[in-house]
Amino acid sequence: MRILVCVKQVLNLDDEFELRADGLDVDRDYCDRDLNEWDDYALEEALRIRERGGGDIEVVAATVGAEDATAELRKCLAKGADRGVRVWDERLQDCDGMMIAHVLAALVRREQPALVLTGVQGADHGQAQTGVALAALLAWPRAAVVRALEFSADAGEALVRRELEGGLEECVRIRCPAVLTIQVGINTPRYASLRGITQAAGRSVDTPALAELAIDGAAIAAARAARVRRMYVPPRPRPRMIEGRAGEQAAALAALIRDIRGGPR
Amino acid sequence: MSAVLVIAEHRGGVVRPVTREIVAAALAVREGLGARVEVAIIGARPDVLVPALSLEGVDELLLVPAPIEEFQPECYAAIGAALIAARRPRLVLIPHSVDGISYAPAIGATGSHGYASDVFALRCDGEDLVATRSAYREKVRVELDFPGRETVVLTVRPGSFPPASRPGGVPATTLEVPVGPMNSEHRGYIEPDAGGDVDVGAAEFLLAVGRGIGDRATAEEAAMLAGRMGATLACSRPVVDAGWLPKSRQIGQSGRTATNCRLYLALGISGAVQHLAGMKHVETIIAVNRDPDAAIFGVARVGVVADAAELVAELRALFP
Repeated sequence: MRILVCVKQVLNLDDEFELRADGLDVDRDYCDRDLNEWDDYALEEALRIRERGGGDIEVVAATVGAEDATAELRKCLAKGADRGVRVWDERLQDCDGMMIAHVLAALVRREQPALVLTGVQGADHGQAQTGVALAALLAWPRAAVVRALEFSADAGEALVRRELEGGLEECVRIRCPAVLTIQVGINTPRYASLRGITQAAGRSVDTPALAELAIDGAAIAAARAARVRRMYVPPRPRPRMIEGRAGEQAAALAALIRDIRGGPR
Repeated sequence: MSAVLVIAEHRGGVVRPVTREIVAAALAVREGLGARVEVAIIGARPDVLVPALSLEGVDELLLVPAPIEEFQPECYAAIGAALIAARRPRLVLIPHSVDGISYAPAIGATGSHGYASDVFALRCDGEDLVATRSAYREKVRVELDFPGRETVVLTVRPGSFPPASRPGGVPATTLEVPVGPMNSEHRGYIEPDAGGDVDVGAAEFLLAVGRGIGDRATAEEAAMLAGRMGATLACSRPVVDAGWLPKSRQIGQSGRTATNCRLYLALGISGAVQHLAGMKHVETIIAVNRDPDAAIFGVARVGVVADAAELVAELRALFP
């Protein structure tokens, strides 16, 4: 039995970031790259299902991304994923969640997992669309914003709790195979061990071409759901700033709070 | 005439307030699109919700009976797709809520529609529809358009439009839409933990800590500081996820709203949009964060660029 975990390399902007010359995205030279936080929780959940379930479960980490995204798959391998798969093609440049979902759907058809887990959203664009779009393209059951998960391979179903607004949670029973989008806080992701990191460094990552996945590159390009007209840095209203060293800042803050609250200064 | 289709959100037999906000969003762009506004109500008893959604400016309510007790993502996606096929709307608006993001991308993907999520502004530029959203933790904005798409599906950020509130007489049409197999089943709700004697929603003065506080020990120091200041301790979501404070202390979309708060001291909170949803309305917000570009400063009246843990230590000496 197999669990496919879809992960993404996300960009974190440096303090002094710049936009690209075409004004359509940020300049990648001003960014750190990292494994998407939500996907880290999804991976951890898959690893825990494997550990609870005994030997016969394979955890596969998959990503759609250029060469440098291999680093995030290695993090997954270092934490315990059994295999890594990375799909890329020049036609996927600046791809959106819908395009990624089409690629992942082809990968799911090849891998035939019993469960697909991915993060609720990416920390970069926060679109919260790839997982649910993937489920729809596969015509698979789906549940979004899962913060508790009990998977029963034998029953072919999962009991999940979805996190709704205002602290409310919904209990849902769902048939599998299914796509579940995982919310942060469902578990505490492990750190990779030094041994795991060393071993992962030497392992190969599978990189099938689009054709090997029976993906039509032109169809993928046509799946783009929106076009970026422009990206810009919004004017940010700045509050009154309290300057100085920490001690001075604290003193000014204490005076301000006592002023507002009407206490002694 | 083309249409803007709004898909209403309701839970436990009550229309969720965000629905009236997206009705307002629809009314705001109807003229530019030359479109009528239709509001779909999907559920076991859609007729019960007619009074709540008979709002001035809405042209038609579409009542779609469905064999579901509560929200079900495959059902909503199937009915949404069927309504698009029947009515050919130019624009479909769905809340960017937990339920909304559970089915809106499915409609976008299977119908190959234009799609964008978490949109907070919307305008027409000639024939084009232009949607604005944020990216990279609210540090940039992105304007999107949808060339060649007959229908565009958008999820709209809660709190972006003042809710439509004026009642009006709206004709209702019942539509029978066949729904395919449903592979998940609602099994009930779990109400949030009341939190014992703490009610962060009722407090006037909140001292709220975020991930930037660093560790559990500093969170405990902040709790002591809150007591000495006369503040109620609150927090953002990562602090709960880390297990430093209980869920009942959480302010934000998945926690409580700081309804009664007049002074909000945010320590080490970066200001994710989900957190801001619960507190940005507070009259006086004082924010302490190490990152001078943190989004929390965008809603604060007073800002301090400093390490939150260090400031807690300094403040403790000043509130003996």
